[in-house]
Amino acid sequence: MANVISDETIEYVGILAKLELSDEEKEQAKKDMGSMLDYIDKLAELDTTGIEPMSHVFPVQNVFREDVVTNGDESEKTLKNAPGGKDNMFMVPKTFE
Amino acid sequence: MAKQYETVIGLEVHVELATKTKIFCGCSTAFGGAPNTHTCPVCTGMPGSLPVLNKQVVNYAVAVGLATNCTITQYCKFDRKNYFYPDNPQNYQISQLYLPICRNGHVDIETAAGKKSVGIHEIHMEEDAGKLIHDEWEDCSLVDYNRSGVPLIEIVSEPDMRSAEEVIAYLEKLRMIIQYLGASDCKLNEGSMRADVNLSVREVGAEEFGTRTEMKNLNSFRAITHAIEGERERQIDLLEAGQQVVQETRRWDDAKEYSYAMRSKEDAQDYRYFPDPDLVPVYISDEWLAQIRESQPEFREEKMERYKKEFDIPEYDIGIITDSKHMADLFEETVAICNQPKKVSNWLMGETLRLLKEKSMDPEDIIFSPENLAKLIHLVDSKAVNSTVAKEVFEVMFAENIDPEKYVEEKGLNTVNDEGALRKTIEEVIQANPQSVEDYRNGKEKAIGFLVGQTMKAMKGKADPASVNRILKELL
Repeated sequence: MANVISDETIEYVGILAKLELSDEEKEQAKKDMGSMLDYIDKLAELDTTGIEPMSHVFPVQNVFREDVVTNGDESEKTLKNAPGGKDNMFMVPKTFE
Repeated sequence: MAKQYETVIGLEVHVELATKTKIFCGCSTAFGGAPNTHTCPVCTGMPGSLPVLNKQVVNYAVAVGLATNCTITQYCKFDRKNYFYPDNPQNYQISQLYLPICRNGHVDIETAAGKKSVGIHEIHMEEDAGKLIHDEWEDCSLVDYNRSGVPLIEIVSEPDMRSAEEVIAYLEKLRMIIQYLGASDCKLNEGSMRADVNLSVREVGAEEFGTRTEMKNLNSFRAITHAIEGERERQIDLLEAGQQVVQETRRWDDAKEYSYAMRSKEDAQDYRYFPDPDLVPVYISDEWLAQIRESQPEFREEKMERYKKEFDIPEYDIGIITDSKHMADLFEETVAICNQPKKVSNWLMGETLRLLKEKSMDPEDIIFSPENLAKLIHLVDSKAVNSTVAKEVFEVMFAENIDPEKYVEEKGLNTVNDEGALRKTIEEVIQANPQSVEDYRNGKEKAIGFLVGQTMKAMKGKADPASVNRILKELL
């Protein structure tokens, strides 16, 4: 494996993804990420001169909706997904900006 | 000699678009619904839900781009901006990083310092977040996702502004353009237009920019002006004391009129943008672009020129009327009905502005219809009501958009045109006020005013003052 992921990197990625990894999981993740980067390096060997960057895998564009209201009040259904609720709102741990 | 500093300012302006539905789902964008009543699996980020782009969002974004001299990115797409915050249920915001819909534009502004062009770096489409309310009682936060997924455009300027005055002129120009397009009502106090101010200072003549800070939560032109002045001073004080400005986001506290650091660069977010695989690219063909270009409205400058040619009203009035698209529409539609530009302008410039000011309202909040204003003008013209009664009727019309003809009829406010009845009343007034009559006959012209007043009072205001004057003079 050519790419080696450092402990700092896996720590940082864990923070960004809000994941708490055990030491074994960290080692496994380092290995997985390393081989992913190896694969990207392999792809980078291809000569892509003159090829437009691909922005989507399907040859489809312009899928639109018209600006018409189609949804009614489904707050009851929506709130069933809430971990907790009060006054028709989702209750979450105190969050400050 | 003390060092001279220059303020360098760039703006990020978020504008909520006036679509009926959200950007990626068919939920209503109506303001003020009960919490979470305008939500669905898409805008609450439920797994497996798929976003579908609202075409009108693209139309509005392109229209704003064209009106601000941008180059339109005919092949554009959406990216995910990843961060965790409870107001963002997907844990990413759908935005545009790599191929924003508009680039390289500019708008021209004018201040006491002269005319200048402010560059627009880019305009991109994105979705708004939900609203967080802090519940002191439960010591928790509550989230309402009605606003989640409401379409926004973010207009990013170049760091071309040098003073609060230029910033306000730029914002007013943007607001004017967007309101004329009907793409948003752009209300700072209601959050449909929000400005983040990026500011740095440098010594006059310096080539390099200083370290900048970003200020958020500016809800009025006054707050923006105060925040800019405060931040300029704060940064200069730091530099003068030999310290450095830290790149950070600061939040403006409008009540206390100062800003405080929210988060510094050290723990700044790494958003890990990547193309959104759920949304296919948008291709704006030449035909589509031409279609939007053709349907651009007449903007303020053109409108002012046309008014000068078409209507015989003062330039100052033209400025005020065209300052608001809604007011200009109201003016034109009323004139189209009654063909009396001067009188329409007088009602707008006089009573309308007075009541707007008195009630702290914006011209956009005017609710009376052109039809009703035209009817009121006709009532005055035909002497069905006198000007005092007209003003009273106008006030009710301003508040409730009543039909003035019906209202006058129902309340019996019609001017009494029964000459006999009027003459009888005046005779009584003359009898009852011998002193004033005497004064008038002795050359005290003003005394007639009192007698007119007494007559109007006796007639409960429903007399034509000109007729009262005429008959009085005749009888005296």
